Amino acid sequence: MSGSNPAGDLKLEDVSIGELEPVSLSIATGEVVCISGASGSGKTRLLRAVADLEPHGGDCLLGDIRQSETPAHRWRRQVMMVPAESQWWHETVGEHFDAEAEAEAGGAPADALQALDLPDEAMTWSIDRLSSGEKQRLALIRALVREPRALLLDEPTANLDAESIRRVERWLLEIIQHRELPTLWVAHDAEQIRRVSNRQFRIRDGRLRES
Amino acid sequence: MSIIDLTWWELALASLLVLALAVTSHLARLGMARSLLVAAARTVVQLALVGLVLEVVFELGRLRWIALMSVVMLLVAGREVMARQKYRLSGGWAFGIGTLSMFISAFSVTILTLTVIIGPDPWYMPQYSIPILGMLLGNTMTGVALGLDRLTEGVRRQRALIENRLMLGQSWSVAVGEIRRDAVRSGLIPIINAMAAAGIVSLPGMMTGQILAGTPPAVAVKYQILIMFVIAVGTGFGTLAAVSAGARRLFDSRERLRIDRLTAR
Repeated sequence: MSGSNPAGDLKLEDVSIGELEPVSLSIATGEVVCISGASGSGKTRLLRAVADLEPHGGDCLLGDIRQSETPAHRWRRQVMMVPAESQWWHETVGEHFDAEAEAEAGGAPADALQALDLPDEAMTWSIDRLSSGEKQRLALIRALVREPRALLLDEPTANLDAESIRRVERWLLEIIQHRELPTLWVAHDAEQIRRVSNRQFRIRDGRLRES
Repeated sequence: MSIIDLTWWELALASLLVLALAVTSHLARLGMARSLLVAAARTVVQLALVGLVLEVVFELGRLRWIALMSVVMLLVAGREVMARQKYRLSGGWAFGIGTLSMFISAFSVTILTLTVIIGPDPWYMPQYSIPILGMLLGNTMTGVALGLDRLTEGVRRQRALIENRLMLGQSWSVAVGEIRRDAVRSGLIPIINAMAAAGIVSLPGMMTGQILAGTPPAVAVKYQILIMFVIAVGTGFGTLAAVSAGARRLFDSRERLRIDRLTAR
């Protein structure tokens, strides 16, 4: 299990994108760093830069693996971003897991489904009938069965009700700690930030400041 | 069998019928009379000019003139491919990719057909080379334009989806795979339909022309079959090449989707 073999800290070295001033930041294994800020302040774009989805300045490191020296798809496989609005391209949920997951777990994430209050049949559900909350939870499972070494979460509980939010938080924190994943977590809710973060930053006037 | 030539006077009679259609559509307020007449006039002028050029090229029969004419045809086709795309690659890539893939497929298939299959002497004899290249370019152009349009449109519309697939660690070619296959398919559908319907629904234009010109139907049919095959091959490889190159250009060396490389018309 790769959880016992963490890849190391996630380091941002002078990462610059859009209006944001260059960001340098080090996130330890198992640490959750929350980022908040007004909409349009560049939170999502910062995550996109770390996932290398947009041209940006600076570089990132995962342990001793350098973003700029790793093939892009391999970097993203390890430093995995989960977007606020997940996308699905096959007919059923399960098809997004089986062939591609290549997870040692075998792709059937029964524990995860149970932990997030989803039935086992969820894998056979058709994409059309998913609610936004179901999509969001399934997207998190879909990302985590691929066993990434670092997480970039963009408002992972935005479409959930209060009860599900707590459930998802608990599940994520348990995995983050167990697998020792450095995590960047974009959040709006001050309460949530207090519950999940080890450190928190805010983007204001184009600058990322610890708060 | 000798060919009955048409006089300009006889064509004028036919144009009276077009005029009658224009008057009728004007009375019926279709709002098409003007564009009908303009299109009819363009047909006359453009074809008359091409006729003049062809007369000269046929008369000279020199490779360099045929080559020059071919290049002009290719460039016009390349421009047309670009004009038909709603979102196109910027910086000359739309023209470049379209033109290059048409050049590779249409020219090589034409030359192969002339030298290996038909075998006129000399191989570039304009009576054979120009019509074959023209038909190939025309059809390849349609396939390439449809394919590239479908590709750029699909990538633009499904941007979030492609990026989500990238986030999950898929390579760019897997992430864009379905859209790319769709684009190639849509470029190939017209020629597949044309082959499937040939002779039943429609008599293909070239065969009709040859029969009108006095060729025995059996010979005309063989030429038509050859042309259909050659067009399918040219369109298929041309569309494949264009869509592959276009898809590659939509991602950079870091496998990022670069929508900013598309400009709207």
